[in-house]
Amino acid sequence: MATHAGGLTAVVEVPADAPAVAVRGLVRAYGEDRVLDDLDLELGAGEFVAILGRSGSGKSTLLRALAGLDHGVAGTGEVRVPDQVSVVFQDSRLLPWARVLDNVVLGLGGARRAARDAGRAALAEVGLAGRELAWPNELSGGEQQRVSLARSLVRSPQLLLADEPFGALDALTRIRMHTLLRDLYARHRPAVLLVTHDVDEAIVLADRVVVLDRGRIAVERRIDLGGARDAADPRFAAIRTELLDALGVDRKDVTA
Amino acid sequence: MTALGTATRAGTVPRARTSTEPAPGRPGGPPGVRPGPRPDDRPAGRRLGLGRPVPAAGLVGVAVLVGVWVAGSASGLIDQRVLSAPWTVVTTAGDLIAQGDLQENLGVSLTRAALGLAWGVAAGVVLALASGLSRVGDALLDGPIQVKRAIPNLALLPLLILWFGIGEPMKVITIALGVFIPIYLHTHNGLRSIDSRYVELAETVRLSRPQFVRRVVLPGALPGFLLGLRFAVTGSLLSLVVVEQVNATAGIGYMMELARTYGQTEVIIVGLVVYGVLGFSADAAVRLLQRRALAWRRTLED
Repeated sequence: MATHAGGLTAVVEVPADAPAVAVRGLVRAYGEDRVLDDLDLELGAGEFVAILGRSGSGKSTLLRALAGLDHGVAGTGEVRVPDQVSVVFQDSRLLPWARVLDNVVLGLGGARRAARDAGRAALAEVGLAGRELAWPNELSGGEQQRVSLARSLVRSPQLLLADEPFGALDALTRIRMHTLLRDLYARHRPAVLLVTHDVDEAIVLADRVVVLDRGRIAVERRIDLGGARDAADPRFAAIRTELLDALGVDRKDVTA
Repeated sequence: MTALGTATRAGTVPRARTSTEPAPGRPGGPPGVRPGPRPDDRPAGRRLGLGRPVPAAGLVGVAVLVGVWVAGSASGLIDQRVLSAPWTVVTTAGDLIAQGDLQENLGVSLTRAALGLAWGVAAGVVLALASGLSRVGDALLDGPIQVKRAIPNLALLPLLILWFGIGEPMKVITIALGVFIPIYLHTHNGLRSIDSRYVELAETVRLSRPQFVRRVVLPGALPGFLLGLRFAVTGSLLSLVVVEQVNATAGIGYMMELARTYGQTEVIIVGLVVYGVLGFSADAAVRLLQRRALAWRRTLED
């Protein structure tokens, strides 16, 4: 377990059966504006949690705090994350001057040959076998995001942080990526924190959905729909309505 | 099509074109079918574009200029003492090559330019890395280099002659001083303008500092460096021309200076052509290098 984030964050001893992620009393502020306000959150090992919230609700700030990317942001609180954390950004963030395989194995330790073999396997897993030597520019948006998933997976993360990873993709590609992510999750079982603004995406993918509002958890909802989730299922629709209510979306806006 | 008909009747479209008219160039096409892409041989150009591309566009202007030169010399309109005829220049070049003068002087000039370029590029890259990758380096180096940049290189020549004499070291140092500025500026700019998103990525995949420099910083700064190299190569030839006319005893510039004292216009022109060819091929070489090294970048150029 590694403890980080914020100069004021305390280092704490970790018990053996601890959850994958433990956040306690997390405060992050830009000036006077408290983006995260005394937030508590836990993720069990291998648990898939989606964070929903309007823009400015603090969901990206939370993810960046967990990723240790919020240098220079004032705050207090305690954040515990596993040693192996991977991040998938909204943009695929591939180095344009490195070929696909080099992007996947970027910074991967160990023997070069072993790393490259693992990279090839990860690419095959996301359906991009044979594209190892392509330049990122030659790939479509969906393919680039697959490479970015492969880059995350090849590190065998205990925690996968995904910040609206499919937000920039078209609707059809997004559906295919949902299926891919579910498959990959089923096989590797990392804890996943998915930040999204897409309610259906959250319900389709997550075990638990957390709605953030003004830096606090407004609603938590366990998704008990089993493996195959169908948006036409009335239970699915009920959860959607509940979550949209929590997000302050009027029902008239949805049906219109 | 009905809309068009209505418009015609209303008189807003001056040239009447009825819906029964077949699509242009496609007689017998099914009526009512909208005309597809124009079936002409050549693709329709952009209406507001520059027109059709001119074949061998790069050479046209040069060919016209040479044509005027030939015609002027042949008709006697151009005085031979002012500008030698093209054929005189060609035979002179042949003579100079036969005597070995041209190769010898060219060799000396190329060595000077190459040495100056090598030192200048090395210095520019090292300084750019030192000031681009550390705040202390930036504080120490960037200011003086900006000051140096503001002083025209050739204004330093009197001082450089006092310090280093009139021999080869002075010449190479002058060229290097001119070269390192564009290399420094563009490499430094390349280093500093690397997208911060890649820095974030490097943190999340836990690159060490040397790995970060090797995988992210250097390749990210390469386009800037190569742009600087193009300026540097041109600059090295510019400095070469000047230092070769100061107390040189060999080199293309020396050959031209000597020709001036004897009034040999044709030799001066041979020298100018050599400088021109040198400059052009050096730039072409760097552009080729650019294309190779930046294969990942799909720009408008390609």
